Order: sequence, then structure tokens, then C-alpha cells
Amino acid sequence: MTRFVERHPAWALIVIIAIAVALWLIFAVWPPGLEEAIGRKRVFLNAVFNGITLGGLYFLVASGFTLIFGLMRNVNLAHGSLYLFGGYVGYAISASTGSWILSFIVAFILTALVGVLLQVLVFRRMEGQDLRQTMVTIGLSIVFADLMLWACGGDFYQIQTPNWLIGPIELPLITAVKSSGEPVYLRYPLVRLVIFLASVIIGIAMWLSLNRTRIGMIIRAGVDDRDILAATGVRIQIVFVLVFALGAGLAGIAGVVGGTFQSLSPGEDIRFLLASLVVVIVGGMGSIPGAALGALIIGLAEQLGSVYIPTYAIVETFLIMVLVLALRPQGLLARR
Amino acid sequence: MSVTHDARVQIHKPAATAQRPAVRGWPDINNPAAWIVAVILLIMPLIANGFFLIEIFATTLILGTIALSLMFLAGYGGMVSLMQLTIAGFAAYMVAVFGVSGNANISLGWPWWLAVPMALTLATIFGTLGGALAVRTEGIYTIMITLAIGAAFYYFTNQNWAIFNGHTGINNVSTPHFWGVDWRWDIPFYYVVLAVAAICYFAVDYISRAPFGLALQGVRDNPRRMAALGFNVNAHRVAAYAVASFIAGLAGVLQVWNYRQISPGSVSVGACIDVLIIAVVGGITRPIGPYIGALVFVLLRTFALDFLVKIGLDGNRFRLLIGLGFLAIVFWSSDGVIGLWQRWRQSQRPRSDHPGGGRGHG
Repeated sequence: MTRFVERHPAWALIVIIAIAVALWLIFAVWPPGLEEAIGRKRVFLNAVFNGITLGGLYFLVASGFTLIFGLMRNVNLAHGSLYLFGGYVGYAISASTGSWILSFIVAFILTALVGVLLQVLVFRRMEGQDLRQTMVTIGLSIVFADLMLWACGGDFYQIQTPNWLIGPIELPLITAVKSSGEPVYLRYPLVRLVIFLASVIIGIAMWLSLNRTRIGMIIRAGVDDRDILAATGVRIQIVFVLVFALGAGLAGIAGVVGGTFQSLSPGEDIRFLLASLVVVIVGGMGSIPGAALGALIIGLAEQLGSVYIPTYAIVETFLIMVLVLALRPQGLLARR
Repeated sequence: MSVTHDARVQIHKPAATAQRPAVRGWPDINNPAAWIVAVILLIMPLIANGFFLIEIFATTLILGTIALSLMFLAGYGGMVSLMQLTIAGFAAYMVAVFGVSGNANISLGWPWWLAVPMALTLATIFGTLGGALAVRTEGIYTIMITLAIGAAFYYFTNQNWAIFNGHTGINNVSTPHFWGVDWRWDIPFYYVVLAVAAICYFAVDYISRAPFGLALQGVRDNPRRMAALGFNVNAHRVAAYAVASFIAGLAGVLQVWNYRQISPGSVSVGACIDVLIIAVVGGITRPIGPYIGALVFVLLRTFALDFLVKIGLDGNRFRLLIGLGFLAIVFWSSDGVIGLWQRWRQSQRPRSDHPGGGRGHG
């Protein structure tokens, strides 16, 4: 952090000012002039919260993607299919048993199993051939998409939110002040906050296990140089299978989350694949903190964009990607 | 000059690419199979009726030309770009926007001989800019960035009503009509498509043996060494994108004349990936590959439904068939149908020392 400030004082200043402005916009009571210019504060706060929670969902999808890429150099373009598969599994479980928590566990295990099968049966045979692996994942995503369309049809599914999470809660953020002087607080759906917290916890757990445990040390060593790591006697194939299972399982969990937040239908796989592509390109391939930062930026940009420039909300996220590529092709937080 | 090269993301070339001789003569002149195919293509209107002529052969040639632009980038430049269809779609939109169409509030109503060069210029600029962005990274990153560009264009056309007319697209695009011939009639249109495809094919074949093409293949095989020899690596790559964009643009113009309409569905992400499938199934080491792949793809797309129903399966599983076929090709042949054909020829003639002998033709 201090090194960044020392090396790029101008950028650091811009970032600090931007954060200060954002904090002021969130916490202060807006003067009437500002409300006239850009609309009500409640709308803005809702967009910010939607963006942050959507960022949490994007992080869940993209972290698995970036983890697999970081270790195996495998751009898994079937990641979106794993997401959708997890979502359908979660829907089936929650519809038949009524348990929301159980649907997460089963979705994680089943998608992780699919990931293990993919790694053992497919990717192990073409190790080191990046382009061919990527082509295979494209073929797999087509096959998976059609199989899921066959099995589940083209309907929209939504996973039932459990009773104890339904309804909004009041946050200590003032959206407006009534004429009587009484403050109005922001009300926000509890389930989205809980899911966001869960994704933050998952992110921190991943960061800790990557940086503080032995297996994390092995994975990081594999990211840097997997040949030398294999030469030191680590059974790298097992590590590959483990990481692939974890990455795929995270996509499955994200599918359940996405099925609760939004809905599941054919085409969502491509949407989330593209979202995670953009997120990891912005944040930096193979970097978990990068995925978190990228997911936050893209989620916020998408939601704020859909409120303030509704026609071009999705295009705007791609513009961010183009900007990052032009200024810092390796991504914001990637090492080079 | 910056060489944004990362040794860890080297693309592993299929073996056939590495063994291919760098310099060849005009290969097709002495090949009887090539002459036979050329004659068949020329007299096709005598053999095939309107449906086969346009829906199968003209569509094959158009899709094959789009895939040819990808083959040029991937086979000679080592850059797998998924935005070639997007560039073709952009050219098609530009023809519709500058030319005459049913949406009079959008179309500017220029004559076709002004609208087409304009569309080609803009498509080439668009593709070159996208390429300049994509060459900042290497290998598998290129796939992701070009895929993202293609997706961005798709969403943009869906949401922009001022120029691209949103998700309904632009309909009733008029086609050229001069010298007393309506060039969208089946037979004249087939010959226009055939001529453009042939020009593109021979142009790519020529460029692959011209100094620029050889330098590009050098850049593909070892960018650092080419940089050390004084070649501007990134300039060669961007120039390759410009050439490929022009070819894709030509195909896009033909496409909009073929269907007389253009909508976001034509530039969707799935369609972008279809172009990659066509090129890979046909083989990305030779210019003929994309055309073979396109023929296979179009035949499957047209007849898979009837075929699947006939053998008692669900006809809607056409994409499953395509996906499985694609997987099989990627698994067992690194060079698509051409590779299989070549291997078969070599097993027939084990002592053959003529590596160019297996030029397959569709």
C-alpha cells in the first residue's frame, strides 16, 4: 500500500478522493440541489447495495475461475455451465426437501465431482496444451448447455428464499429527512446482505488458506512454477484435482446464490461466463484479491449504470475492461 | 518496442503446423482434385436448384470466408480471435445503415457502391482497433478479450436503437441491381459469393507465402526472436488483424445481402463460437480448412433435425451433435478434417515424401 502511494502519488490521490466522495455520498444527507441533479438518495443507495451484493456473486463465480486458471493455465470456458448446473441442482434440492442450506451443500459436492471428472478424464490428457484445453472447454460448454436444456427445459426457475431470510431490514443509513425532521432509514433485503457476508467470508477463508496453510503454499508454488514444484516431490496431480474441485464447487454455490437472487434459465451460463471473464481480466488473471476488486467494480458499474445510464449498462462494463487493458494489460492486481 | 511476451503462456502448436514447409509454390495448379472442385463449383447452378445453391453452397462459402479470416489469424498469426463474426456483423450493419433498407429512419439511403466501401472501411477500422487491444496480451488471453469484445457488441446492438435498431435489427436491406441484373437472384448471387470467396482464398494463400505472411508465421513461432531480428512484432500482429477484418467484412456484406436483414441474433456469442467451431473442425493450418468446416456445419445444421428424427431421436438435439463432433475433432485430430484426411493419405502411401499431397477439398 505504502509502496503504491510512493510510486504513484497522483493515482493514490485520485483513488483517495474517489473513496472520500463515495463515502460522503453514502453517509451524508444529500443537499436538495444534489437530489435535483441526480435523483433521490434512496435510489442511489439501493443501486450501490445491489452492486456490492452482485459483486459478491460475481466474486464467487470468478474466484473459482481465476483459481483454476492461476494454477493450471486452463481457461475453463465451461465455468458458466458449472454455475448453471449448480443452480439447477440447488433448485431441485430446495424444491424437494425445502432446505436452502442443504441445496448449497449438495450443489457444491455435485459440481465439485463434475470438476474432478473433467480434470481426471479430460484435462489431464492434454496438459500444457492451453489452446486445446480451451477449445475442449468450449465444446463441453455447448454439450452441457444442450444437455441442461434437454433436462430442464427453457423455463425460468427461482430458488425459494428461506422464511427466516425473507423481508427487508433497516440499515443505519439515512436516505432522506422528512419535513418533520424525522430521518428515513434505508430498508434492504436481508437475504442479499447475508449472501454478501457469506461471500466475503468465503473470500477471506480462501485468502487465508492460500497464504497461511501448507496446501495454500503448495498451490501458490504451483502458480509460480509447477514443473519445479513437481520436481520437489509434491504430487501435483492431486493438487490439480483438488483445486479444480474447489473452483467448480464455488461455481456451483454461486449457481444457488444466483438462483436465489435472480433466476435460472438457459443463457445464464454464457452471461456468468462473460461476467467472470470481465471480472478476472479487470482484476488480473489468477489473483484472488484481483477477482474481489474486479467483481466489486463490475457489480457496481453494472448496477449504477442500469440506474443512471440504463441503455448502455452492460456496454459500460466492457468499456471498463477496455480501459484496464489499455492502461494495465495484466489486470489491476496481477503480478508481472 | 515492447514485447508483451510471457513465456508461461506459449501456445503449443499442433505437430502438423510445425512440420509444414515455410515456402510453397502455387500449390493448386498441379493438383487435379483442385481443378475438379473448381469446375464443380463453377457449374454448380446447373446441378443444384435454388435451395441447395443458396441455403447450402452460398451459405457455406459465406461462413467459410468468415472462418477463413479466423484461420488466417489463428493459423499464421497464432491469435485465436473470436470476434471475426462480430466484424462481419458490423460490416453487415453498416451496409444496412448506410445503404437502403426498410427502416427509412435509420438508413441513409446511399447507393450500394458507396455503402459497401464505407462498410468495409469501418469494419476494417473496427477490427484493427479490436486487434490492437487484443495484441496487448497473448495466447489464451486473446480468446477471452475477443470473446468479450464480441459479447459487448452483441449487447450494444441489442440496446442501441438509434443506429442498430435494438433487438429487431434492420430489415428489408436492399441488394444491388445494375446492368439489368438483380444480383440477389439465386444464380448471379451464387457467382458473386463464389468470386468473393475465391478471391479471399487465393489472397490468403498468396499472403501466406509473401514476405508479410512469412514474417507473421515467424512471429507466431517465436516472437522474441523476430523482435531481436528487427521485426516489429505488434505491428505485424495488428496488420494481420486488419487483413482478417477486411476479409470478414467482405463476408459480412455478402451475409446481409443473403438474408436481406441483420439483427443482434446474427452476432450473438453462440454465433461467434460457431465460427471457431467451423475453423477448428475444418482445420486451421490451410485456407481450404474453413470451407470444409463450413460445409460440414451447414449440412449438419440443415439436415441434422431430419436425420435425428429419422433415426428416432429428438430433433432438437442438433447442438449436442455439433458439440460432440467438435469435441471429437479436438480430441483426436489437432488439425481438423484436413488432418484426418492427411493422416489417411499417409497411411495409404507410407513412403510418400510429398508433404503437400493431402490437400483435401470439400
